[in-house]
Amino acid sequence: MGIIQNIGKYFMMMWIVFSKPEKWKIFYRRFFEEMELIGIKSLPIVALMSAFMGAVIALQTASNMDNPLLPTYTVGYITRSSTILEFSPTIISLILAGKVGSNIASEVGTMRVTEQIDALEIMGVNSLSYLVLPKVTSAMVFFPVLIIFSIGLSLLGGWMSLKLSGLSSTETYIYGIRFFYRDSDIVYALTKTVVFAFLITSIASFKGYYTKGGALDVGKSSTEAVVSASVAILIANFFLTQMFLL
Amino acid sequence: MIEVKHVNKTFGDNHILKDVSAAFEKGKVNLIIGQSGSGKSVLAKCIVGLHEVDSGQILYDGRDFTKMDRLQRKEIRQEIGMLFQGSALFDSMTVEQNIMFPLTMFTKMSRKEMQDRVNFCLERVNLAGRNKLYPAECSGGMQKRIAIARAISMNPKYLFCDEPNSGLDPQTSILIDNLIREITYEYEITTIVITHDMNSVIEIGDSVIFINKGQNWWQGDRKSIITTDNPEINDFVFASDFMKEIKEKMKSE
Repeated sequence: MGIIQNIGKYFMMMWIVFSKPEKWKIFYRRFFEEMELIGIKSLPIVALMSAFMGAVIALQTASNMDNPLLPTYTVGYITRSSTILEFSPTIISLILAGKVGSNIASEVGTMRVTEQIDALEIMGVNSLSYLVLPKVTSAMVFFPVLIIFSIGLSLLGGWMSLKLSGLSSTETYIYGIRFFYRDSDIVYALTKTVVFAFLITSIASFKGYYTKGGALDVGKSSTEAVVSASVAILIANFFLTQMFLL
Repeated sequence: MIEVKHVNKTFGDNHILKDVSAAFEKGKVNLIIGQSGSGKSVLAKCIVGLHEVDSGQILYDGRDFTKMDRLQRKEIRQEIGMLFQGSALFDSMTVEQNIMFPLTMFTKMSRKEMQDRVNFCLERVNLAGRNKLYPAECSGGMQKRIAIARAISMNPKYLFCDEPNSGLDPQTSILIDNLIREITYEYEITTIVITHDMNSVIEIGDSVIFINKGQNWWQGDRKSIITTDNPEINDFVFASDFMKEIKEKMKSE
C-alpha cells in the first residue's frame, strides 16, 4: 500500500513540477546553475570512470581471445558495442545516481527541514516548479553530453590499454570500433540516458521534498534516493532494451 | 484583519484544533501562546495555508482563504510576510539576494529599484551594509532581522512570526520584539506572533490568545493576562514562583 501511495504521490508531484514556471527568466538562470552543479561538476568522475572502464573492457576482451578463428578487430568491436550499449549509459547513470541523486535529495531535504520550502510556499512561489524543474530539465539536457563524453573517453581508454600492453595495434582497434557501426546504437544510448536522467533527478527530488524530521532523516532520504533511483534505472534499462533491441 | 471561524484540524486520530475561532486585528501585535503540543503552530500553519483545515473558515479581510484555488491563494500569499522559527533564509543566497528574492519573483521593479528596496529594508532592521554576507556568516539575531527584512520587502499586509525569540539572548529578544512592534504600528500590519516568551507577552501583546488542548481557551490583552483568574493561563504564564511573585506585585500596583 505504501509503495502504491508513494507512486501516486510521485506522479502528482511531477504534475506540479511541470507546471509553467513563475518567470521564464528565473527558470533559465536556475537551469544553467543546475547544469553546472549537476552536469559540469560530474565531468571529472565521469572521465575517470569511463577511461578505466574502457581500458578494462579492452584488456579483458583481448586477453580472453585465444580462438584463432576470431578476427583480431573483435577487441575494438566489443569495446565499442559494450561501451555504447551498456557501460556508458547504464553504469555511468548508476554512478550519477549516487553522486547527483544524493546531492539533490540532501539539498532539497535540508531545505524542507529548515523550512526554506515553507518560506517559498508562503511567498506564493510554486516550490516544486522552482526547485525541481530546473534540476530535471538540465539533467535531461546535459546527461547525454556526459554520456557522449564518456563513450569517447572509454574508447580512448581501451586504445591506451591495448597500446601499452601491446595486445592489439591501433589500426586493428580502430577498424574494430568502426566495424558494423550503427547510428541507432547511439540513439538507443542517448534515449536511455535521457530516461535515466529524468528518473535520477525526479526520484531524488521526490525523496528530498517529502523529508520529515531532521538531519538524520535528510541522510535517510539521501540513501533512499540513491537506492530507489538505481533500482528504477535497472528496471527501466530492462524495458528500454526490450523496446529498442528486440 | 484575519478571522478564524470554527476551525477544526485532525491528523489521523489526533484532533489537534477543536472549533477554534479568533480574530486578529489590523495594526496590532496579536500573540498566540500555549504549551508545546497545544496546537498553536498548527493553527498558524492553517492560517497561512501550509495545512488544509478540515472545516471552518479563515478570512483575510473578509476573503475566505479556505475556498480559494491555487492562483487566488498566491495573490493572498504575496500580501503575507513570515518570520520562521529558524529564520528559513536561503543559505545559497546572500543577504541581499534573500531580501530581493520575492521582488524578483513577483514584481517588475528594475534592478536599481530592487536594490533601493533591499537597502531600505536592511536599514529598517539596522543591518545596513550587510548586503553581501551569507546567512551562515550571520549571528542568530542577525538572521532573524534579515528574515524580518525579507518579510517586509513586499510591503505585507499580514506578518506571521513563529517563535521569533527562540534561541536568542534576552537583549536580542527585546530588540526583535521591538522591531516587530514598530513595523506593525508603522505599516498598519496585521501581525500574528506565536511565542513561548513571557517577556514578549508582557511587552508587545496587544491581543493575546491562549490555545489549550486545541481550543481557544482565553483571549485578552497584556494587562488582563496579569489580572485573570483563569487557572490554566496562570499556570502557563506564571509557572515559576518568581513569576507568581511578579504577578502579585503587578496586580497590587
